[in-house]
Amino acid sequence: MSSLQNLINNWSQYRKGIEEGGFHHYEHRWGMAIDLNACIGCNACSTACYAENNLAVVGPERFAKGHFMHWMRVERYWDQPEKEFPEQGASFLPMMCQQCGAAPCEPVCPVVATYHTPDGLNAQVYNRCIGSRYCNNNCPYRVRYFNFWSYYESSWPEPLNMQLNPDLTVRDKGVMEKCTFCVQRIRTAKDKAKMENRKVKDGEFTTACAQACPTNAIHFGDLMDPESQVTKLWATHQVSRVDEQGRPRHEQDKQNPELRGYRVLEELNTDPSVMYLERVRETLA
Amino acid sequence: MKDIAIHSQEKDIREDLPWKQINTDILRSLDNPRRGYWYSIIVCLVLLAIGFTAEVIQYQHGMGMSKNHPHMWNLYIATFIFWIGMSHSGTLLSAILHIVHADWRKPIYRFAEAMTTFSLMTALLFPVIHLGRLWNFYWVVPYIPSRGTWPNFRSPLSWDGFAIMTYLTSSALFLYIGMLPDLAIARDNTTGWRKRLYSTLSLGWCGNDRQWRVFRKAYMLMAIFLIPLAVSVHSIVSSDFAMSINPGWHVTTFPPYFVAGALYSGCAAIITLFILLRYYFRWEEYMTLPILEKICKLTFAIAMMWTYLNLVEFASVWYGHDVYGKEVLWGKMTGAYAPAFWSMMFFGSVLPFTLAFRSLRRHIPTMMAVSILLNVGMWLERWMIVSPTLSQSFYPWSWDVMWPTLTSWAIVLGSFGWFGLLFLVFVKIFPSVSMYEVKEMVYHRKLATEKAAARVGGAAPAYGAHMKKEDAV
Ligand code: SF4
Repeated sequence: MSSLQNLINNWSQYRKGIEEGGFHHYEHRWGMAIDLNACIGCNACSTACYAENNLAVVGPERFAKGHFMHWMRVERYWDQPEKEFPEQGASFLPMMCQQCGAAPCEPVCPVVATYHTPDGLNAQVYNRCIGSRYCNNNCPYRVRYFNFWSYYESSWPEPLNMQLNPDLTVRDKGVMEKCTFCVQRIRTAKDKAKMENRKVKDGEFTTACAQACPTNAIHFGDLMDPESQVTKLWATHQVSRVDEQGRPRHEQDKQNPELRGYRVLEELNTDPSVMYLERVRETLA
Repeated sequence: MKDIAIHSQEKDIREDLPWKQINTDILRSLDNPRRGYWYSIIVCLVLLAIGFTAEVIQYQHGMGMSKNHPHMWNLYIATFIFWIGMSHSGTLLSAILHIVHADWRKPIYRFAEAMTTFSLMTALLFPVIHLGRLWNFYWVVPYIPSRGTWPNFRSPLSWDGFAIMTYLTSSALFLYIGMLPDLAIARDNTTGWRKRLYSTLSLGWCGNDRQWRVFRKAYMLMAIFLIPLAVSVHSIVSSDFAMSINPGWHVTTFPPYFVAGALYSGCAAIITLFILLRYYFRWEEYMTLPILEKICKLTFAIAMMWTYLNLVEFASVWYGHDVYGKEVLWGKMTGAYAPAFWSMMFFGSVLPFTLAFRSLRRHIPTMMAVSILLNVGMWLERWMIVSPTLSQSFYPWSWDVMWPTLTSWAIVLGSFGWFGLLFLVFVKIFPSVSMYEVKEMVYHRKLATEKAAARVGGAAPAYGAHMKKEDAV
């Protein structure tokens, strides 16, 4: 009954569009800025993610079959097809869950295993997931990974099991899993801040990938905190969810097209929390 | 007189069929089918065993037996839509044609309804089989959970659950209600366990006026209820795709397109089963060629509707500004799936023209082959809906082509065994031609001829004069 009352009272709130921030009262909105100019494609972020989040190592055969589990992947694009290999440079794009503000993966889950947290994260409840995999079909970035097998049986042979992160579960077959911006680290930081009766400070903690990146290409922080480095990067590059009038702002609305910031597949209005800074390549005229 | 004799050969049912013979002929199906029937049962059992083994293996080891990234939906979902689609013509034939008083449906609608029910029961297996943790499938059902975790009412997958369950319940009820008078006939003509079964099931039917009145009302109500339901069920299945943002799926023509496809494959399946039943139980008297011709014409009309909707969809993608959608369409036509695409177009849009020729329509082996091929085409259509979009979505990194594994093929084969077995057992246990309606039909034909004869001027005998009292049931 009370939930019905709650629904009636808050109805107008549920109907809010993205321009008004959606129906969320965000406490934080964790976001990233990834500088592709700095990215050297070393895959340290991906490896760190494996270690931090107990990702299963599936082995070459299963990888080839498309059963891989990397929540963070570094994609290579060969964008100068007219050149041969040593001269032709690859561009790298580290891709992980974009923690969309209007996540297409969320409404389609039949059992609400994936939902939006007050932190602006797209959370995945492994215990609730029944593995319909609709979320992956509807994620335009294809960054959700499915446990095809009981990987725990083979992925961490003794003594590798000793390196598993105790802050996290090891998922079994049949569930969908994905990047959560290292939600366990976020939790720890928030708990600590709460104990000390303060807000989480910028730079107090970071995700495993950002921590491992040797060139500091990945910046992580709270987009709700006007002082955080990430917010400043987003503002400088004029990538923003809404403009001063509160209208949604897109790539096209940038006043200065020279700026390098963009979000992937922004035209789909998924409102990703990850901003990329374009790679600039020196070209000989 | 000779003219009339030739003319009556062309009628969809013989007018001088005594009512008693109708009962005997149809109840005969309960004991002695042709040997082909038993062969079919064996084939179905083998298929079912193969499918069941594959499912057990998949359950043990995980979905890796059949799927990969990014093809999270694949053969199972395509086959799911296929079976759901198959279920639609039972309703079309029995409910819609009942409402518009198309008499010719009467000898054949019972098995079509059974087909609806059983293909729904087969379809229902697939979303469950394809789940990663299928032992938790009931979480999609809105039972009252103690922790307040409801299913997600925004997800088309949970709408699917409601729609299919409603459709299954109502079509099973429809089948049962329509069978009541026949169950009573069967009760009066059998012994042993069958007698006990039919006595229970016929709910004390004795055929008095009040029962008939109530029965007619209930049957009509169910028919009226089922038509919008059938349309909405397949529209909801199409929402699984249309409500997503994927290129090639996010299309507004999907609901009518799916419904047309459903009616199409259902009609083709009816032709196949029609021919099989006619053969198994020697029902040439009831499942006559003129009736076959009528279903063929209906199928042809629906095939053209389907073709039209296909062209509409292609055209709207082609002339629209959706680059991704266009890429997917082009990929279907020229990419790795092109053979499947063009076979679908051939089987779905070109092959039905065989149905337009009278001589071919009346040729049973040809019709058998054509109806099976039409369904192959419709199965390919489902495959072409599901796979290419996942192979070639927004994100080039995840582009990939995949073919199903042996395990998934085995499970799909198993589903055919499961459906076939249910259907074959049904036709052996229940009268699968509606006796009371065939009698009505004979009566109507008789009346019509008598009227015609009276118009010509000959003195027509009063209807029923030739009938002995015990013929009437
Ligand atoms: S990137 Fe994909 S998985 Fe992540 S929130 Fe967006 S739609 Fe969901």
